[in-house]
Amino acid sequence: MNHSAQSLQTAIQQIEQIILGKSHQIRLALACLLARGHLLIEDLPGVGKTTLAHVLARTLGLQFARIQFTSDMLPADILGVSVYHRDSSEFRFHPGPVFAQMILADEVNRATPKAQSALLEAMEEHQVTIEGTTHLLPAPFFVIATQNPSFQIGTFPLPESQLDRFLMRIQLGYPDASAERGLLEGRDRREIIATLAPQLTPADLQTLQQQVAKIHVSPALLDYLQAILRHTRESAQYVHGLSPRAGIAMLAASRAWALLQGRSAVLPEDVQAVLPGVVGHRLQGTRDNSLTRGDKLAMELIEAVKIP
Amino acid sequence: MGWQKIAHSFRREIAMKPAPHQVYGIIAALFMVCLPHAEHLPHWVSAVCSFLLIWRFHLAWTGNALPSRWLLISFTVAASAGIAVSFHTLFGRDAGVTLLVLLSSLKLMELRTARDANVVIFLACFIIITNFFYSQSIPTALFMLVTLLAILNGWLAMQASALAWRARLRMAAIMLLQAMPLTLLLFVLFPRVQGPLWGMPQDAWAQSGLSDTMSPGSMSKLSLSDAVAFRVSFDGPPPPQQLLYWRGPVLWDFEGTTWKRGQALLTTVHDLQQVSMPVDYTVTLEPHDKNWLFALDMPTSADVPSRISGDFQLLSRTSVTTRLRYRVHSQLGFQANTEESPALLQRALRLPAAGNPQSRNLAATWRRKLGNDAAIIHAAEQMFHNEGYTYTLEPPLLGNDSVDDFLFHSRKGFCEHYASAFVFLMRAAGIPARVVTGYQGGEYNDLGQYFIVRQSDAHAWSEVWLAGQGWQRVDPTATISPARISTGLSAAVPGSEALPFAARYRSPWLLKLRFNLDLFNYRWNQWVLGYDKERQFAFLTRLGMEEVTWQKMALNLLAGVGILVALFSLLILKRLYAGPRDPAVRLYRRFCRKLARHGYARSDHEGPMDYASRASAALPHKADAIQDITRRYLSIRYESRSDPENLRALRHAVAAFKL
Repeated sequence: MNHSAQSLQTAIQQIEQIILGKSHQIRLALACLLARGHLLIEDLPGVGKTTLAHVLARTLGLQFARIQFTSDMLPADILGVSVYHRDSSEFRFHPGPVFAQMILADEVNRATPKAQSALLEAMEEHQVTIEGTTHLLPAPFFVIATQNPSFQIGTFPLPESQLDRFLMRIQLGYPDASAERGLLEGRDRREIIATLAPQLTPADLQTLQQQVAKIHVSPALLDYLQAILRHTRESAQYVHGLSPRAGIAMLAASRAWALLQGRSAVLPEDVQAVLPGVVGHRLQGTRDNSLTRGDKLAMELIEAVKIP
Repeated sequence: MGWQKIAHSFRREIAMKPAPHQVYGIIAALFMVCLPHAEHLPHWVSAVCSFLLIWRFHLAWTGNALPSRWLLISFTVAASAGIAVSFHTLFGRDAGVTLLVLLSSLKLMELRTARDANVVIFLACFIIITNFFYSQSIPTALFMLVTLLAILNGWLAMQASALAWRARLRMAAIMLLQAMPLTLLLFVLFPRVQGPLWGMPQDAWAQSGLSDTMSPGSMSKLSLSDAVAFRVSFDGPPPPQQLLYWRGPVLWDFEGTTWKRGQALLTTVHDLQQVSMPVDYTVTLEPHDKNWLFALDMPTSADVPSRISGDFQLLSRTSVTTRLRYRVHSQLGFQANTEESPALLQRALRLPAAGNPQSRNLAATWRRKLGNDAAIIHAAEQMFHNEGYTYTLEPPLLGNDSVDDFLFHSRKGFCEHYASAFVFLMRAAGIPARVVTGYQGGEYNDLGQYFIVRQSDAHAWSEVWLAGQGWQRVDPTATISPARISTGLSAAVPGSEALPFAARYRSPWLLKLRFNLDLFNYRWNQWVLGYDKERQFAFLTRLGMEEVTWQKMALNLLAGVGILVALFSLLILKRLYAGPRDPAVRLYRRFCRKLARHGYARSDHEGPMDYASRASAALPHKADAIQDITRRYLSIRYESRSDPENLRALRHAVAAFKL
């Protein structure tokens, strides 16, 4: 095991000490990061979405910015503005919060579609163009967006096309009893986070991202992946089948998961582990339209497809 | 599932309402299968059927309710009455087919359930057969094949509505292909009934062909048709073009303008002397509804019920209403009936009492001046050759004295003018002569090595009787236009005149294409349509069946069908139970089966690692072996470079794995 992989394991342990009982979700979030994707966390307020983002940024040694989305937000609030400087008599660009390595876009569905799309375009392009000048975003660039369940009042649910920009969508859920007890007994999470030391450097992170791309994928595994895609397209259970982009996302996430598991090749289990996160927000059932059914659909999908 | 449950689900399925796209598929299939019938259905029937189809389409499109039962019943009664009035019967081919087409279209109007749809589909299949009552040509067969595809497509739309239309068509095509071996087997072995099961002689009637009269213009009109008269294949090398005189009706009686066969000959003597150049050949004659058969001058025997008349015509016992194949033996060199009966010679001299005085004068002059017969014949030929006569498809109209008009004024004519004028002159000069009609030449198809003789090869020539030499052929056309005889019609007439396509254009590739098409048609006629009892027996004998009987055929047929069904079943079973190709997967499956026997079955979607940990937890004493097997399997199947030893190790481990 090389240096960066060792640091990764230490990082995971450190995060697990803060976010109790959510080991699987933490790994999914990391896999998403390693696969160069963005993460959408969807859950009720107060289950630790923000804390997870904080702790990830801190532990991975990433420069962190938080954008709280509100309904009166404008794109300039995210991207930045050009301000006139009297002494040099010129406009100078003041970068907005989006120019950070890790961004927490909190409650992204509270903002109007205009503000949402400013962020989502930046995510897609890894650059921002303001008044004709293109500004590159830092690398690595990782967005964690949190979203309240869309049945809550005052939300603008993200359309499918924009949901597709997120590699994964995860849900945290309530902690179990022992984790909750630990949470209640322990110190304030914010204080602990402030004391945490970074376990990885951005360079380490980039090395790991490159390793992910090299994880071997055998023809047998591609067969399995294609069987999954085909099933979603042929079955009457889904409104639409999965797109080719969803297939690519699934493969990238599975590779990252395999790396997290310390493997050099992707196994069907890796696909199954990331599948609910990757396809949950991309699949829509014909029987039930509520968003929370996405994960359940994904589980049914796993059970319906035979591993070749 | 119990039987009752199956029956229940079946009942529910056939009572299901078809979706609009399924209805469209059925309408399309019915439309295609009825389309060829539009040619002979009464116009009102075609109109009613189109109306019904469009109406049904509209109803499916808008989702409106179907018409009420009472409306349909009155419609049905009215339509049946209409057919009874149109045909004066409800039975027979035409009325029956019309009824079938009309009622099938009406059935669409009460297409409420999947069961109705199935009925319409089966009706459409039956209407396919009725199309062959009217035409059995290759285009019809091809169109019916496409129609069958459309019907299958409509049927699949009912059975597998989830399939996209492309996938459906593909499946329909595959089903058709799968049916091919069975079709072929049935075609070859199904016992043929002697004589047609359905009378369908009308196929042939509209055909034009030689008639038993000849008047100016009748031949040139015929020569405008591309239609095939017959095809001939010679046993040996074919004789030269100049000798290919296909003998048809011999015309004896002249009535001013028209030559007629007249009353039947009393004598049946047909005697050939000094014969030479024997040829054997097979003619495939298109039906022409007359009783004469065509044969080369002069036929001596044929293998179908027929006789040779006193003027050497080959005559069939019955009219030729279906395509007929026969073998003929002919002598191309001959002296025919050197001993001719005086009555017949007298008849060969008879002319109308009056008319054509100029010609009669000319003949009398020749007789006076030249005296002998051969010299008179020569003089007539010389006249045609030297005095500005032309050979044309578009001769001017002639007056009452047609021979005079032609010989002394217009001087333009087609073969019938020359033959007619020549025979008239001979008779006027006292030489017994007669007109022979038939075909001359033909087109050699070197792909199939046979001649195609078309209506445009129709020809008329003459025969004169000379003492000691018998009947001799004299073809005045050959004197005026030698090219007509040696090459064919297109070389003989000016380029500006209208000729059928086939006779006009002779570019090499076009010719080749036409020959290919005709060869195909020829084979189709011979082997598909003409595959009758005799051919079937001959073919089966050639395949090695001894003493062909229908019992044997039926047995072979049953055996063949059994083998085919077994073969297809095997193929399907094999696909259902096909094992994986990868040996590692086969070994791993065996390992899974061993575990399954002890209650730890792996579900299809369970990953090998998950399965291994579940099984290890349940069987701790075997955990090492389970993990080892799983690790090796995963390494072979999913890792980039697996140790080649792994497969052998896996084989041993799985073999050794016991619970």
